[in-house]
Amino acid sequence: MDPFKTVDGLVVPMDRSNVDTDAIIPKQFLKSTKRTGYGPYLFDSLRYKDVVEYGADCSKRPKIDNFVLNEERYTGAEILLARENFGCGSSREHAQWALKDYGIVCLIAPSFADIFYNNCFKNGMLPVTLAAEEIDILFSEVQGTIGYRLLVNLELQTITTSSDRIFSFEIDQFSKYCLLNGLDDIDLTLKKSPKIIEYENMRRLRAPWLFS
Amino acid sequence: MGMTLFDKIWEDHIVDQNDDGSVLLYIDRHLVHEVTSPQAFEGLYLKNRKLWRPDTVIATTDHNIPTTGIENGIADPISREQVEALDRNCKNFGLIQFPIGDIRQGIIHVIAPEQGVVLPGMTVVCGDSHTSTHGAFGAIAMGIGTSEVEHVMATQCLIQKKPKVMRIKIDGELDPAVTGKDIALYVIGQIGTAGGTGYAIEFAGTTISALSMEGRMTLCNMAIEAGARCGIICVDQKTIDYLKDRPFAPVDEQWDTAIKVWKELCSDEDSKFDKELFFEAKLIEPQVTWGTSPEMVLPVTGSIPSLKDAKDATQREGWARALEYMELKENTAMTDIKVDKVFIGACTNARIEDFRAAAQIIRGKKISPHIKLALAVPGSGLVKEQAEREGLDKIFLDAGFEWRHPGCSMCLAMNDDRLLPGERCAATSNRNFENRQGLGGRTHLVSPTTAAATAITGHFSDIRDWS
Ligand code: SF4
Repeated sequence: MDPFKTVDGLVVPMDRSNVDTDAIIPKQFLKSTKRTGYGPYLFDSLRYKDVVEYGADCSKRPKIDNFVLNEERYTGAEILLARENFGCGSSREHAQWALKDYGIVCLIAPSFADIFYNNCFKNGMLPVTLAAEEIDILFSEVQGTIGYRLLVNLELQTITTSSDRIFSFEIDQFSKYCLLNGLDDIDLTLKKSPKIIEYENMRRLRAPWLFS
Repeated sequence: MGMTLFDKIWEDHIVDQNDDGSVLLYIDRHLVHEVTSPQAFEGLYLKNRKLWRPDTVIATTDHNIPTTGIENGIADPISREQVEALDRNCKNFGLIQFPIGDIRQGIIHVIAPEQGVVLPGMTVVCGDSHTSTHGAFGAIAMGIGTSEVEHVMATQCLIQKKPKVMRIKIDGELDPAVTGKDIALYVIGQIGTAGGTGYAIEFAGTTISALSMEGRMTLCNMAIEAGARCGIICVDQKTIDYLKDRPFAPVDEQWDTAIKVWKELCSDEDSKFDKELFFEAKLIEPQVTWGTSPEMVLPVTGSIPSLKDAKDATQREGWARALEYMELKENTAMTDIKVDKVFIGACTNARIEDFRAAAQIIRGKKISPHIKLALAVPGSGLVKEQAEREGLDKIFLDAGFEWRHPGCSMCLAMNDDRLLPGERCAATSNRNFENRQGLGGRTHLVSPTTAAATAITGHFSDIRDWS
């Protein structure tokens, strides 16, 4: 996985709460057995007027005009600014695969759904939670400024605006460490194999019915 | 100080403690289905990793499968490839699988309890958010993403931060017409879809003890819609009776030892919760959602709220958007809303008890001519077989329902069962998001009995008015 250290990126605002995973990537795309190629279908039913399956060419599809991703000014955005409970709904990691493939590497919202939040780290993406008032400030700034960018620094746990206003954010240290170093946590866990085996031996004695 | 049920199971599964407070948590049971697993298996192949304990995995096909003409196989080539990939992966890794054609095949969250593969005190995961269902058995049951599926396959563990624990206590006697589904929707209406974020929710109180195991599964199933990491309910005699003689449950001395351990699986009297909420059963009526989030819910006797009653601008915009999508107006009485389709099924409500209850309502009646399609989709081959033994299929068919083969079906419309744009559906599933049941489709979440009554009258109906 690629390490995540800092990003200085264009921001796209998604001004609605409870954006669910069905909205992020609709179910017809879950039929694919691949991890890549979902970017063109990110927010598909909000973005296009028609319905296609995974693999379809999106270049000539009829677009829904007033949807943010279709606005010229947000092309190339790497940071998604969102409202509360972003990513609620299913556990589908296709949501992260679609966001990542589209180019989003950092999401900023007042709150995320738990599974969605976890899934971001597993894909080298940084989800940042800020207070609702801070989010309000960012929304008004991004909507009012064409080409609005933010500088996100994971090491320092800060977000800096172009007017040098700084917001700090919390993140758990293990996730931060994995992101900064681009670590695969399966490798990390496998290093603890002896501990897992020791645990199993102990548990087998206490709950033998779980080891038939 | 005593410990909560959640804390007991959590502590019991810690393999290693990390400095930042996260733990390496051992996983006892891993449920797998075709949609969220292929990329995880691919990860194992690519890195030449083994599956740590193949005996803990149970796999089935549910999301993609057609509910009619299954004998002819799956017509859609992409769906077929996904199903075949699961068959291949299960074979390669030596996993227990209930494939198409096996009577035990069905929705993963219906078949796992039915087979007794989820036991009290276990940690259970699945690449599916409604894994929360299994908390009904006094287990920690969490939905995970595909990367974590791969992590559990390769290591039998998950890296997790302990959620906070909230207890929702509901006391008193329910109206006989009020079900586990109504409790779930009511609670979500009260606390909101983010109300449980960061928490595991223990459901407790006399109302919960009085619920059947099916009712408890329905309630825990929807804990995720309240934003919770999982739902959990303490073990009692009902839990134990339900599990006795299930194919994967322990037998003989192991059973005797197990139930001694299981009986301890309750929160201690003096345990402390991070948050506690109380509700009264007598205030809970049959519920119907009106909008595009499960928190947009009302008693069936209610009317859609006015935008001016929204608590803030964000909620007002959310409501306005939902009304537009649902093509509904403020202040409309729910019972004045006509529906086009009815769906009884999904992991929320596709167990035998659900079909019995719905059959009671429709017995000897016909669905309204206004209804274009009424689907009854059992959650498993065994539920279907049991229902047919009891003659329930006849009742549904006589009333004008279609009686289908088990699968997720119109819950998420990955197969051909779906709403057409603009169609309105009374559904026993758990999500009413935009486009969930088909592009432009409009979903109202209800209990199986409310869905059945609605099929008969053609509009949302209060079953308490029925003789
Ligand atoms: S029935 Fe619906 S909610 Fe349940 S597992 Fe299937 S798709 Fe998910």
